[in-house]
Amino acid sequence: MLWNAFLLALREIRRNVMRSFLTILGVVIGVAAVIVMVTLGSGATAQVTEQISSLGSNLLMVMPGQRRHGPGGSSASAEPFDLDDVMAIAGEIGSVAAAAPSSFQSVMAIYGNENWATSVTGTDNQYLTVRNWSIENGRQFTVSELRSGKAVCILGTTVQKELFGGQNPLGATIRLEKLSCQVIGILKSKGQTTMGTDQDDRVLIPLRTFQRRIAGNQDVGRIHVSAREGTSTEKVLKDIELLMRERRHISPTEENDFTVMDMQEIAATLTGTTKILTALLGTVAGVSLLVGGIGIMNIMLVSVTERTREIGIRLAIGALEREVLMQFLVEAVVLSSFGGLFGIVLALTASVGLAGILQIPFIFNPGIVVIAFLFSAGVGVVFGYFPAQKAARLDPIDALRHE
Amino acid sequence: MNTDVSDTTADVTARPLIELKDVTKVYGQGHAAMQALRGVDLRIEEGDFVAVMGPSGSGKSTCMNILGCLDTPTAGSYLFKGVEVGKLSRSQRALLRRHYLGFVFQGYNLLNRTSALENVELPLIYRGTPTAERHGRARKALEAVGLKGWEGHTPGELSGGQQQRVAIARAIVTEPAVLLADEPTGNLDSARSREIMELLCTFNRDQGITIVMVTHESEMAAYAKRIVQFMDGLVKTDEQKGEVA
Ligand SMILES: Nc1ncnc2c1ncn2[C@@H]1O[C@H](COP(=O)(O)OP(=O)(O)O)[C@@H](O)[C@H]1O
Ligand SMILES: [Mg+2]
Repeated sequence: MLWNAFLLALREIRRNVMRSFLTILGVVIGVAAVIVMVTLGSGATAQVTEQISSLGSNLLMVMPGQRRHGPGGSSASAEPFDLDDVMAIAGEIGSVAAAAPSSFQSVMAIYGNENWATSVTGTDNQYLTVRNWSIENGRQFTVSELRSGKAVCILGTTVQKELFGGQNPLGATIRLEKLSCQVIGILKSKGQTTMGTDQDDRVLIPLRTFQRRIAGNQDVGRIHVSAREGTSTEKVLKDIELLMRERRHISPTEENDFTVMDMQEIAATLTGTTKILTALLGTVAGVSLLVGGIGIMNIMLVSVTERTREIGIRLAIGALEREVLMQFLVEAVVLSSFGGLFGIVLALTASVGLAGILQIPFIFNPGIVVIAFLFSAGVGVVFGYFPAQKAARLDPIDALRHE
Repeated sequence: MNTDVSDTTADVTARPLIELKDVTKVYGQGHAAMQALRGVDLRIEEGDFVAVMGPSGSGKSTCMNILGCLDTPTAGSYLFKGVEVGKLSRSQRALLRRHYLGFVFQGYNLLNRTSALENVELPLIYRGTPTAERHGRARKALEAVGLKGWEGHTPGELSGGQQQRVAIARAIVTEPAVLLADEPTGNLDSARSREIMELLCTFNRDQGITIVMVTHESEMAAYAKRIVQFMDGLVKTDEQKGEVA
């Protein structure tokens, strides 16, 4: 009986291809919207998580100035750090795995006829560990290069491409403003951040070289700290605050004139936000799926009226109420399931395309595809039931007389 | 007319196939109430061929709907094979129609855009007949009504007479106990009508299908073995005839 109802439904749909298509359009769009939203959403979430973890695990950042009270703050007036602060954090707090200084400045990098506006960061090898950078080619700084402030540099892949194209940059000498320095390594590419900044557009040089030859002072712009595996970053954050308050002679009544940021916390906030956004968009899309269901109910009701005589004939011939009910219900479910299938195909095509345009990874989520399909079939059951029941309850005599 | 002696002696102990006792049918309520049947008594034996005649509005269709188990009497009793139809549920009556009754309507009432073969197969589908057997029986039924070679045509592609023959094929494909036809030739010219009547006679004679048929035309009624005249919701005359020559 079910199989017969299924065949009947297929025939009825084939008979009215255009109308059937228009009927399911709502479900097609609804299902497609749900899948696209969730797919792109999980892609974005994955990307944010990816990027945060590419910053380094258990990462904290210490910056001069108080940044908690809105933008601007007092960073300009706050006293900068120096190398002793870095050593104190690395040495005096037990749960700190490593601390790395960094100071940076925008520069014009020149090699032969090529020049490229980028930024140069003065730092040390700890920076690579803390920020999760690895060397693709060449080597990191030697201890003597760091200590004596040698003119050597490690390039990000963007700078390498812009200055050298296909050539081997190792051993070549580039100019950063007035500083000529030798290329000793190339960083492994990290790509763009969610905000669209190119993480590979950078040049690293020893901190001492930066201080002497570029900045002309002994300052350290930021301190990057990685907490030991298994320790709470919250605790490390508190310890750093205490230590820095002491070193900067801040009295108990005064506020911090520096900021310690926990990247993990920022990561959690960011992924939380994308997840909420995904859920929100998915819900909106789900509502459109519901509207699609109402469209199906509408057409099924029209169909029942149109086919009153057919129903009358079936009932007169001996069809049971539940057989007629089943026929129309199956038809609604088959219709909406077709809508679901079309929606899935459309959604996957659109997701791949949009992911490419938005530069978000395409993450195929079989779960949401299955759920969307089942939901579309469910829409058929829910919105097909009322029209089907109406058909089944017709009086055969009236139905036969219907014109 | 002379009475049929052989019939009465053969089935003296058996119950009649159909037995209406003082059946009334009222449509509507109160002032708007309309009494379509006022106490109809009617017995129809197996193998009979009854023509129901009478003026418009005399209750013929109402009576046919009750005989066809599509409707139930307001009062009185309808026994089909000894079963009180008025006490059956809607689904039980549907099953009774499915297994014992065949219908031919004035307006053919075929499924549009559906081939003749599929139309004829329809009652077999509800009986759960296996596909291969279903095709075979539907083809045979169409052949029996002279439509061999027209199986794939839809009602729109068939003439009125052909459509009515498809409807007859659909009614007899299940080999029903009773075939009910409400003005089956109402839409046809007399040549087509005679063809239809010949068909009904054949099925009555060769397969022993009991036929109850409503008609306005005495020419068509002449094909039947018995003519029942309705008037104002009552049976006025009931004449038994000999074999049609
Ligand atoms: N569904 C109905 N509702 C109300 N009145 C009806 C209905 N069906 C038939 N009638 C009335 O019952 C009477 C008998 O109708 P019907 O059995 O169709 O007569 P016939 O078929 O002999 O022309 C008519 O007066 C008709 O108006
Ligand atoms: Mg009538």
